[in-house]
Amino acid sequence: MIAALEGVCVDYGGRRALGPFDFQLAAGEIVALVGPSGCGKSTALRLLAGLEAPGAGTVRRAAGRGETAVVFQAPTLCPWRGAAANVALPLELAGTPARERGARAVAALAHVGLAGAERAKPAQLSGGMAMRVALARALVTSPKALLLDEPFAALDEITRRALADDVLALWAQRAPGIVFVTHNVEEAVYMAGRVVVMTPGPGRLAGEIAIAGPAPRPPGFRTSAGFRAAAEQVSDLLARAMARGA
Amino acid sequence: MRRFGAALAPGALIAALLIAWEAACRALAIPTYRLPPPSAVAAALAGNAPLLVASAWNTFSMAMVALALASAVACVVAMGVALSRSLERAVRPLAVALQVTPVVALAPLIQIWAGIDHPRAAVVALTGVVAFFPIYSGAVSGLAAADPDLERLFDLYGASPLQRLFKLRIPSAVPFLLEGHKVAVGLALVGAVVAEFAAGSGGSQGLAWRILEAGNRLQTAKMIAALVVLAVMGGALHAAFSVLEARALARWRGR
Repeated sequence: MIAALEGVCVDYGGRRALGPFDFQLAAGEIVALVGPSGCGKSTALRLLAGLEAPGAGTVRRAAGRGETAVVFQAPTLCPWRGAAANVALPLELAGTPARERGARAVAALAHVGLAGAERAKPAQLSGGMAMRVALARALVTSPKALLLDEPFAALDEITRRALADDVLALWAQRAPGIVFVTHNVEEAVYMAGRVVVMTPGPGRLAGEIAIAGPAPRPPGFRTSAGFRAAAEQVSDLLARAMARGA
Repeated sequence: MRRFGAALAPGALIAALLIAWEAACRALAIPTYRLPPPSAVAAALAGNAPLLVASAWNTFSMAMVALALASAVACVVAMGVALSRSLERAVRPLAVALQVTPVVALAPLIQIWAGIDHPRAAVVALTGVVAFFPIYSGAVSGLAAADPDLERLFDLYGASPLQRLFKLRIPSAVPFLLEGHKVAVGLALVGAVVAEFAAGSGGSQGLAWRILEAGNRLQTAKMIAALVVLAVMGGALHAAFSVLEARALARWRGR
């Protein structure tokens, strides 16, 4: 177990946004959190990251400082820093010596296919490239837990598919536990070994579906019968949860 | 051709106005102490050029010293305020009070503090008060304008308050600081002239003093000549700071 939520509840302004909700992330697994907007899935992610405290319940985190990384919906880069300096930021905040963090940042950028873009400022990068820089920044500390909050939502379909494969390839090398928040059913089924479906606000567990299949995904996986069936199952579960909530 | 025309248009308008002014003065035989023709103003400009340039330099240097002081104080106070919320609450009413008080009303008081022998110090102090607020409010809003997700990222990696200030808040504030300084430059020049009217004396020797002096002697052409120098200086200063701001901003965000 890397991180877990046990009976957590979160209220915003007197209204329950999440819970009671239970969740567990095991080492090296990829879990997708799927639900309609406003179901508290991003809140659940912030609890797992330790960025927020629950009103009730317990958050357990085995990862120490710097061992949890978050990628937000936007690239969230410092506009005044070049790509390599952005990637090096977590190391800089932890007090890593300049030479070492420079080398690690350049290596992390090369890992996400951005060798040569070290000095480019965020304004000079495309949306997909900026997201890759954010991914490199998340991976530069070799985290045990990688939390992705709808990281591809603002990208076009081709870029998001390419980035999904990139994330799976990076996962295959280092096997961090990944929690992936999305409202896109196909993306969830493609990325995750386990899909957790949530109800509309307040977010609760609607059901959980294990996705069979090799990871990283082989070419053509999206057209396989197993993928289609799993996607249908998740859609059904989501539709039933929405109907109950409405 | 169109760009050439666009560059020519303001010049053409000014020339037309000057010609109309000159013609009206001659046709209506207006006495020169009331309204001198442009030719008399030009003569006054040429005749008093060394004095006017020296006075312009005095006004400019007083405004720039005041700007530098205001900038230093405003940035230090804004940083303190960014580190502590209770300090921000404590400072806010004072800063607003300073902003809404007309500078002219402060002039006699500051004259007493600076001493009658130090008119330049009084002008610099008053001008500094005028230039302080745009820089301070730019710095405060800039220091609070960091991307909330970046703030979360700094939380996640356990950044210290000083790391957050120097690696996130201050760099995020740069565009706001540049804008604040650009506004403050214009205000500092206005402030320097008003302050010299109110608190200056023969010892400050700026352009405002030239205007008062020429006015008392009914040398109207010289008054207008000093005004022209003031307008040219203000325009040049604004243009210079606009270029500086654009360059710095381009460097900050990389394009």
